[in-house]
Amino acid sequence: MSAARVGVVTFPGTLDDQDAARAVRLAGAEAVPLWHADHDLKGVDAVFLPGGFSYGDYLRCGAISRFSPLMTELIPAAQAGLPVLGTCNGFQILCEAHLLPGALTRNEGLHYICRDQRIRVESTRTAWTSDFADGQEIVLPIKHGEGRYVADAATLAALEGEGRVVFRYAGGNPNGSLNDIAGIANEAGNVVGLMPHPEHAVEDLTGAPSVDGRGFFTSILKRLVNA
Amino acid sequence: MNTDSVKRAQETPGERQPYAELGMKDDEYQRVREILGRRPTGSELAIYSVMWSEHCSYKSSKVHLRQFGTKAPESEALLVGMGENAGVVDIGDGWAATFKIESHNHPSYVEPHQGAATGVGGIVRDIMSMGARPIAVMDSLRFGGANQPDTRRVLPGVVEGISHYGNCLGLPNIGGEVVFDPCYIGNPLVNALCVGLLRKDQIKLATAPGPGNKVVLFGARTGADGIGGASVLASATFEDESQAKRPAVQVGDPFMEKLLIECCLELYQADVVVGIQDLGAAGVSCATTELAAKGTGGMRVDLNLVPLRDPSLRPEEILMSESQERMMAVVTPDDIPAFMAICDKWDVPATVIGEVTDSGRLVMTWDGEVIVDIPPGTAADEGPVYERPFHEPAGQAALNADGPERLPRPTDLRETLLTLLGSPNLGSKEWVTSQYDRYVRGNTVLAQPADAGMLRISEAMPGAEETTRGIALATDGNGRYARLDPYSGAQLALSEAYRNVAVTGAKPLAVTNCLNFGSPEDPEVMWQFSEAVRGLADACRTLGVPVTGGNVSFYNQTGSTPINPTPVIGVLGVIDDVARRVRPGFPEAGLRVLLLGETREEFGGSEWAHVVHGHLGGLPPQVNLEAERALGAVLAEAAARGLLEGSHDLSDGGLAIALAEACLSRGVGCTVTLPGDDAFTDLFSESAARALVCVRPEAFDAFADLCARYEVPCSGLGLTGGDAFVVEGVLDVPVEELREAHTSALPRVFG
Repeated sequence: MSAARVGVVTFPGTLDDQDAARAVRLAGAEAVPLWHADHDLKGVDAVFLPGGFSYGDYLRCGAISRFSPLMTELIPAAQAGLPVLGTCNGFQILCEAHLLPGALTRNEGLHYICRDQRIRVESTRTAWTSDFADGQEIVLPIKHGEGRYVADAATLAALEGEGRVVFRYAGGNPNGSLNDIAGIANEAGNVVGLMPHPEHAVEDLTGAPSVDGRGFFTSILKRLVNA
Repeated sequence: MNTDSVKRAQETPGERQPYAELGMKDDEYQRVREILGRRPTGSELAIYSVMWSEHCSYKSSKVHLRQFGTKAPESEALLVGMGENAGVVDIGDGWAATFKIESHNHPSYVEPHQGAATGVGGIVRDIMSMGARPIAVMDSLRFGGANQPDTRRVLPGVVEGISHYGNCLGLPNIGGEVVFDPCYIGNPLVNALCVGLLRKDQIKLATAPGPGNKVVLFGARTGADGIGGASVLASATFEDESQAKRPAVQVGDPFMEKLLIECCLELYQADVVVGIQDLGAAGVSCATTELAAKGTGGMRVDLNLVPLRDPSLRPEEILMSESQERMMAVVTPDDIPAFMAICDKWDVPATVIGEVTDSGRLVMTWDGEVIVDIPPGTAADEGPVYERPFHEPAGQAALNADGPERLPRPTDLRETLLTLLGSPNLGSKEWVTSQYDRYVRGNTVLAQPADAGMLRISEAMPGAEETTRGIALATDGNGRYARLDPYSGAQLALSEAYRNVAVTGAKPLAVTNCLNFGSPEDPEVMWQFSEAVRGLADACRTLGVPVTGGNVSFYNQTGSTPINPTPVIGVLGVIDDVARRVRPGFPEAGLRVLLLGETREEFGGSEWAHVVHGHLGGLPPQVNLEAERALGAVLAEAAARGLLEGSHDLSDGGLAIALAEACLSRGVGCTVTLPGDDAFTDLFSESAARALVCVRPEAFDAFADLCARYEVPCSGLGLTGGDAFVVEGVLDVPVEELREAHTSALPRVFG
C-alpha cells in the first residue's frame, strides 16, 4: 500500500512549511509540496496550510493568499470533503477563504506571543482530532500576533451548538479570543483551523516540551487508510 | 539640475565641495584629489565619504584588529576568516556554519523599531551573501536603567522591531542578552547575530571576476531611506538632533527579505552566481567598489538603470541610499536568463545595471555622462588608517582602588537573593523573549533561557546526508567588568560565552565579536579599545578559538561621556550528537548537585555591588583561561558519556542565582550545604570558570574521576528535590516565591 499523500502549501512568506512537511513524514505519510501559483493539488489526500506571513500579511492576514491559484482549486475541493488543516496563518487563510467562519484579529495585549500553551480538545469528531479524547488537555506552542478569534454572536452560538469549537485555550487565554476559542471546524469536520502549532510538538528533541501534535497526524492517517 | 560629471570636475577644479558635512576630514579630501588627479565629482565624493567613514573603513580600529589575525590560534575548522562578509567554520560531515554579530546602535536610539528591525535584516543578508541559508538569530541588547523614562520608549520599540522583522523572516531567535545600565540611556546597544548553514564546498565570496560578466542588482527598489546613514549616523554623536536625522534611518520590509532568502538559495543551487554582495551600509557604493576591487578590478555601471522607488533621486543619493533588502550579484551572460527566471518565480525584481571590465576602473554613467571614474581599491581597501593616540583614563587607578571591600555586607541573605533575582538584569527576560518565535524551522534544541541556543543540523541541501550534529551559540558581554579593566573584561566576556556553549555539551569552535565603545578620538576610550582587543586576541589564542569576524561600533556616547566599554562576544560550538545535549536546570528529584571550579571573594563589578549599592569599583573577577578550557573539556566529555542530567553556567549573581534558576527551570527545588566558610562569598561571588551540574548518584564516581583527570575542582553541594530552594542554615525560599520575584522584574516596568 502506498503512503497517504498530504500536501503542504507554500505561499510567498510561508514559514512553517518545512516543519509541517517534517511532521507529515514523521507520521509516516508522504509530504507533497504545493506551490501557491499552481492550479494543481497534485491529487493529494489531504492538505496542510502551514503558518507564516503569506504575502507579508499585507492588507490583512490571509487576505491575498485566498485569491492565489492554488486556493481557487483548494476551496471547492475542501467544500467537497478534502481534509484540510490550517494552523496559524493557515487558519487565517481558511477564514478569509470562508471555509471557516469568523476572523482572527490583533492579540488583546497587542504583542506577538510565543509560548507553550495548554489547550483543551473539545471535539474529536473532526478529520484531524479523532485520535484525541474529548476534553483531553494537550500542550502546543502558540506564536502569533493576530490570533484573537472573533465572530458575531449568532456564529459563535452556532459553533458552540454544533460542537464545532474544536480547541479551547486552557490555563489562561493568551490573546483575548472569544469563548477562549483556539480552533474550529466546518460543519462536515473535514476542515479544521487553529492558532497553535501541532507541527512544533512532534519530537522530543525539538519544539515544545510535548509530542501532543502527533495526534493530528495519526488522526488524519487513520481516516485516510480507512477511507 | 546639472550633473556633476568627470568632465565638469576637470573644468571646475576650484568648486567648493561639502566634504566636511559628509564627515570627511581635510586631509582625507586632499587624498582623494591626489588619487584622482582632480577634484572628485559629487558622486565620487559620496563614494569616498561613505567608504572611508569609520563604519565602513575601520580606520581607527584596523591597527588593533590585526591582532586577531597575528595571534590567531591554529584551527583546522576555519574556512573563511576575517575580511569577508562573515567567517565560515567547518562543523563536520561536509557542513559549514557562518556567523557574525553586528551593531545597529545609533539607528535604534533614533527610531527603535526600524533601527532594530533593519539591524536584523542587515546581518541576515551578510550571512546570505556567504552562500548560506540563515537558520537562526540572536540579539544582545543593552538599555539605560529599567526605571529611566527613555528606556520605556526604546526597549519596547527595539523588541517589537526585532520581533516583527525576525518573526516574519521565519528565523528562530534562540538567545542573546538583555542588560540594563544607566550608561546606555542615551546610547542603547542593539547587537544582532545571525548564523547560517551551507555545504563546505558551496561558499560564495564577494568578488566580481570575469570581464563581460553582468552586474545584477536585485531585491527591493532604491529609495531615499538611510541616505548618509553610514557616514552621518554611524560616525557622529547625536544629542538633540535626532528629529533632524530621523529620515536617515532605514525602513525594513521583512517580507521582501524572506523572498530574497529563498530566491538566493535557489540561485545558489542552480549555480548561476559568480560573486555576490549584500547592500548594507553605503549601499551601491560599497557593493560596487568592493566587488570590483576583489574581482578583475574594473566595472561599468549605468546608474540610470537602478530601479527607483523615488524617481527624483540624484545619482549621489542613489549611491548612498541604504534602502534595505537589496543584493548585488555577478552573473555570466549565459546564466542571465536562468537567474532572471528564478527571481521572477520569487517576485524579486532584478535588473542588470552594468558589467565587469578589466580596465581597473569603476566607471559609472548618468544620462550618458561619466560621473564616476575611480580605481575601486582606493575606496574599498586603501582608506585612511589612523594610529589614534591612547592613554589610561585619568580616574582609572582611583576606580580600581575603590574596591567593594568597603561595602557593608548583607545580614539577611534570603532578602539579598530575592532582591537580586527580581532585579532587571537577573530577572526573567520572558517579557522580551516571548515576543520572538523560537520554534520556526523545527530545529531548535535549546533556546532562551538556556545558557546557549542550540540547533539541530537538518537542512535539505544538495549533497547533504543525515547527521546527528548540532551547533550551539552564546553571546556575552559585561560593560562593568570592562570598565574596571578592559583587558580582562574582554577576556571574561569570551570566557562566559565559551562556558555557556560548553555547559550544553558542545565544543567551542570559533568567535565573533561586536566591539561597542565611545569615540576613538578620545585617547581614554582608545585605550579601553586597544586593551579590550589585546585581551580578546590573547584569550582566543589560549582557548584555541579564532576570531572569524565581527564589527566595531564607535561613538557610543552622550556628549563627552562614553558608555562603559562593551565588547560583546559570540561563541559558536559543535556537538556531535544533539541528542546528548545537556539542558539547564534540575529535571527531577534525587540528583546530586555539584559545583565545579574555584570560588574566591570577588565582588568588583558584581551584580550585588551594582544592585544593592550602585557601586562600580575595584577589579573584575580573575581570568583563568586554562581553568575555562579544562571545565569545557570536562563538560563536553561528561555530556558525550551521558553523565549529566543538567548543567548551568555560573556568572552574574554567582552560585545563588545559578541555583535559583536551576530550581525555576522545572520547578524542582534543592537542599544544599555551602562548601566555604563565608556564606555570602559562596553564594554571590562572581568568580569565573565555574559551573553547576546535577548527576545521578550512580554517575557521581565516574564524573568525579573525570573532574580529577582535568584537575577541575568538584564540590558536592547537596540534592535536588522538594519545592523549595534551601541552603542549610542560611536560607529557605519556596520555588514559587522565587518565581514571583523572577518573573515580575520586567512586567513591573514594562507592563
